[in-house]
Amino acid sequence: MSPINGLTIAVPRGALFADTVDLLASLGLETEELRSNDRKLLFEEIGVITMRPTDVPTYVEAGAADLGVTGKDVLLEQAAQRPGEGGREVYELLDLGYGRCTMVLASKAGPDPALEALRRLGVMRVATKYPRIAARHLEETGRQAEIVEVKGSVELAPLTGMVEAIVDLTATGTTLRENNLVVREEIVLCTARLIANPVSHKLKAAGIDDLMAQLRGLPAGGPG
Amino acid sequence: MIHPIPSGTRDVLPEETREVRAITDTLRGVFERHGYGEIYTPALEYESVLARADMAEARPAYRVFDESGAVLVLRSDMTVPIARVVATRYGGTEPPMRFCYFAHCYRGVRPQRGQPRELLQAGIELIGSPAPDGTAEALTVLCHALDATGLKDYRIGLGDASLFPALMASLRVPEAARAGLLETLVLRDFVGLQEALVESGLSGEALELLVEVPQRRGGPEVLADLPAPAHDAVMGLRRVHELLEAAVAERVIFDLGLVRNIGYYTGAVFDVYDPALGAPIGGGGRYDELLARFGRSLPAVGFALGVDRLHMALAGEERGTGALLARPGAGEARSTPAA
Repeated sequence: MSPINGLTIAVPRGALFADTVDLLASLGLETEELRSNDRKLLFEEIGVITMRPTDVPTYVEAGAADLGVTGKDVLLEQAAQRPGEGGREVYELLDLGYGRCTMVLASKAGPDPALEALRRLGVMRVATKYPRIAARHLEETGRQAEIVEVKGSVELAPLTGMVEAIVDLTATGTTLRENNLVVREEIVLCTARLIANPVSHKLKAAGIDDLMAQLRGLPAGGPG
Repeated sequence: MIHPIPSGTRDVLPEETREVRAITDTLRGVFERHGYGEIYTPALEYESVLARADMAEARPAYRVFDESGAVLVLRSDMTVPIARVVATRYGGTEPPMRFCYFAHCYRGVRPQRGQPRELLQAGIELIGSPAPDGTAEALTVLCHALDATGLKDYRIGLGDASLFPALMASLRVPEAARAGLLETLVLRDFVGLQEALVESGLSGEALELLVEVPQRRGGPEVLADLPAPAHDAVMGLRRVHELLEAAVAERVIFDLGLVRNIGYYTGAVFDVYDPALGAPIGGGGRYDELLARFGRSLPAVGFALGVDRLHMALAGEERGTGALLARPGAGEARSTPAA
């Protein structure tokens, strides 16, 4: 049991976890304990640390992990809004292909309440867990919006009349449909990405390049 | 009573000041020994004067008005003020000129670990000494200075700001797309770079080169088998490397993806890395066209170290618990230079 090329990797718990662990296993990492023990956070013997997907860029940027896996949605949300504004300083090395989701703008089925709000009130209210992605998208498409940040179950917000639309990530659209919401716009397609700490990328170049070459050699689309 | 200070700034108390002072005294000694005279410039400058430099992301973030309505800015680096001093006060002086500084600079960053809005920089500017000799001298002073502070495991990433633009031009990347692609590479978003290149209509070998070359870093072997358009930049890097004394040369990692988001860099660019810190300690490069914008056309090169980051790296090395150290595989990073 030893880390891949002496590298520490930040692995996200949650939706990307299973595919990421499969990927590491296919590189020869001993992942048995990682799969079975969901309370442990630090797996020193195999160079893995586990955390929420949104924390992965934080640990990688600080150098607490050399590499990390997280969704493009997380990276976009934490990116600099404007040049020089200081987004996360991590390198995005590879599109891992799995965890495919789409960031969408959705509203209640029937006549679009967001359009009516824009027409009559000049501003649409949008609930989201991704306030920066939502604000950027609406600004880029020339619409005035009031962004309401919520932490969970975004679908509830338009159903209660608090907002006219939501910006959220959807894989199959099932949750949206069950809540009588329809996709109005697709904003961006998001997949899992391999990111690196800038200093590790230089000082552990050989190890990282070797791991990347192995990843590129795997069948397309990632594991599972 | 607790009275707040602005986000991204801090007070430095005697115990820390003593340690920081020891570092800056050491750096000053090395700079002076190499013939670099220390200068001070005002923290406030006219916006219209600094705007002569194309500072892109390092553009000054804080502005005030004086009593006559003129817009003043807090300097965001010392390179541009020194370019102003050279044009204004040394108009007729025979080059080369050597200056060093220890100065607070101000940036509008979002405060996070090691990224303050007010930062103490220590650096040199070598004015009127072209590549490769000037670049080699700057790298030598940099290594001597870091050695003198006792920093052990640092490496210098060395690249050339003209390499990727030259590649793009020769591989027929549409001109309108070039600035955006460079911006993507500054962020080292290699996935985004590939996507944007495909969108710009590139394919085949050209696409592969534009994605592969900027990911190359390591020893002199990464300079081999490069396409013809990269030839000038690579020859420049080789010549600098040949001029370096052995102890300096072995610190160098060639990094062909190193580009700057500060617009005035023209040729060689470099960053300082240490395994005890997750972010660069400092960096520098050539800015052969900056002085001309202030009316005195001279080639120049310089570097700036973040004193607080250097302090953190020294403390991390001392404890053996820096960012990349207290982890599995850390032994490898400490003992072997990146190959």
